[in-house]
Amino acid sequence: MKSYDLIIVGAGIIGTACADYASQQGLRVAIVEPGPIGGGATAAAMGHLVAMDDDPAELALANYSLGLWEDFTQVAQIEYNRCGTLWVASSDAEYAHIPEKIARLAAVGVQAELIDGEQLYRLEPALQRGLAGGMHVAREAVVYPPGMARHLLDRARARGALLYSQRVTAITQQGVQLDDQTSLAGSVLVATGCALPELLPQLPMRARKGHLVITDRYPGLIHHQLLELGYADSAHGDADSSVAFNVQPRPTGQILIGSSREYGSETSQVSMPMIQRMLERTFRYLPALRQLDALRIWTGFRPVSADGLPYLGRVPEHTNVWVAAGHEGLGITTSLGSARLVIDQWLGRAAAIDARPYDPARAVACV
Amino acid sequence: MTQVRINIDGHALDVPAGISVAAAIAQSQRPFRRSVSGHMRAPFCGMGICFECRVQIDGIAQQRSCMVSVRDGMQVVTDG
Ligand SMILES: Cc1cc2nc3c(=O)[nH]c(=O)nc-3n(C[C@H](O)[C@H](O)[C@H](O)COP(=O)(O)OP(=O)(O)OC[C@H]3O[C@@H](n4cnc5c(N)ncnc54)[C@H](O)[C@@H]3O)c2cc1C
Ligand code: FES
Repeated sequence: MKSYDLIIVGAGIIGTACADYASQQGLRVAIVEPGPIGGGATAAAMGHLVAMDDDPAELALANYSLGLWEDFTQVAQIEYNRCGTLWVASSDAEYAHIPEKIARLAAVGVQAELIDGEQLYRLEPALQRGLAGGMHVAREAVVYPPGMARHLLDRARARGALLYSQRVTAITQQGVQLDDQTSLAGSVLVATGCALPELLPQLPMRARKGHLVITDRYPGLIHHQLLELGYADSAHGDADSSVAFNVQPRPTGQILIGSSREYGSETSQVSMPMIQRMLERTFRYLPALRQLDALRIWTGFRPVSADGLPYLGRVPEHTNVWVAAGHEGLGITTSLGSARLVIDQWLGRAAAIDARPYDPARAVACV
Repeated sequence: MTQVRINIDGHALDVPAGISVAAAIAQSQRPFRRSVSGHMRAPFCGMGICFECRVQIDGIAQQRSCMVSVRDGMQVVTDG
């Protein structure tokens, strides 16, 4: 039986980030993925690298990760574009909350500035008139997530990591079993996103569907990743379905339009009523988009843990099984920090940030 | 026949009212448009299917010129 220090299951952004860091630390790594690299949630994502200040643990992990992303800004296939984030306030009440947000971000070292109505239209002339202002986070960026997953895997393979293009069918005493009955021995790190319960049913995971629309090329129409300040209510609320204004300029001049959130829809089929809701929301903030041509619509599923924070660490009752999954709508941003948190614990080192909020033990379902 | 005056890439052109923007560009006897990778492109289907005839019209890019009729004062940019 082939033996490794670490067998990583799943080559999304999380599995590949773990493979990259583990191989860098000298571990002998195998990674198992039956599909394309980064072909799951990672391929569906918007690729916005963003710090959200609503939950302290989430902010700590995002901020730690954003620092690590700085090493990748020059890699062509990642299409790193530091366009900045512009959060838009639609009411005076939303505007009034911005200073608190700026203070929470500043406390961890993220610089954000208050933008008044006049400055808002100087930054984004296409925005609907009558908005109160906003918050500008200049150093944030957008990337092409599957490109990053492939880049991370290439680096790991250059250090000797081995890719098995198969499915893990079971976790065994020694390691894992693959489709073709081969067994691999070693510690196991499960990074299968929404599919986590197939291998670790004790860890609750829900899939939260999202729709995205991409337009033809309209360079220069918008310049920043634009979000409504109410986005966090949609992202962190538990409604069956919600939409929020969230659009992104791609380096090609195309405009990527999000975002919807929906529980209970199991198929990847596009829902036209949901698209309509999402676009009506978008046009309220950016009426000029009404006239543009859309090229493609797709959906993806965000892996949502019991409390919305990822499971990062050893799985209770197992000595040799680890998990890194459940990043909901922030897994591209938080991938690099998540990988370090898990691998550093595997190595018996202290993690760079407090690892307790992500300990899988918090969620193991009572049997 | 009523004529309208439109502007294509900075050049004024008088064309019959009611013709398509694609037909007007063809009358201008200039290269039709270039793709983002620099290739020459021109209308192919003439009926809104192939998207080969996209140009910028009055500030809005990526419009199928075979599907839009000329209007007096229209501004067309072929490589927009
Ligand atoms: C519409 C949408 C927009 C998003 N926008 C953003 C954004 O702007 N910014 C951001 O930070 N995040 C965003 N996200 C979130 C982000 O995409 C996810 O959090 C992240 O991709 C999760 O990565 P993952 O590696 O855990 O999962 P995945 O990418 O799904 O990877 C899991 C992999 O495991 C493999 N697998 C499953 N079962 C097995 C098995 N038994 N054996 C072997 N392999 C297996 C799958 O094939 C898959 O490739 C968005 C998500 C969606 C859906
Ligand atoms: S020529 Fe085919 S769409 Fe216009």
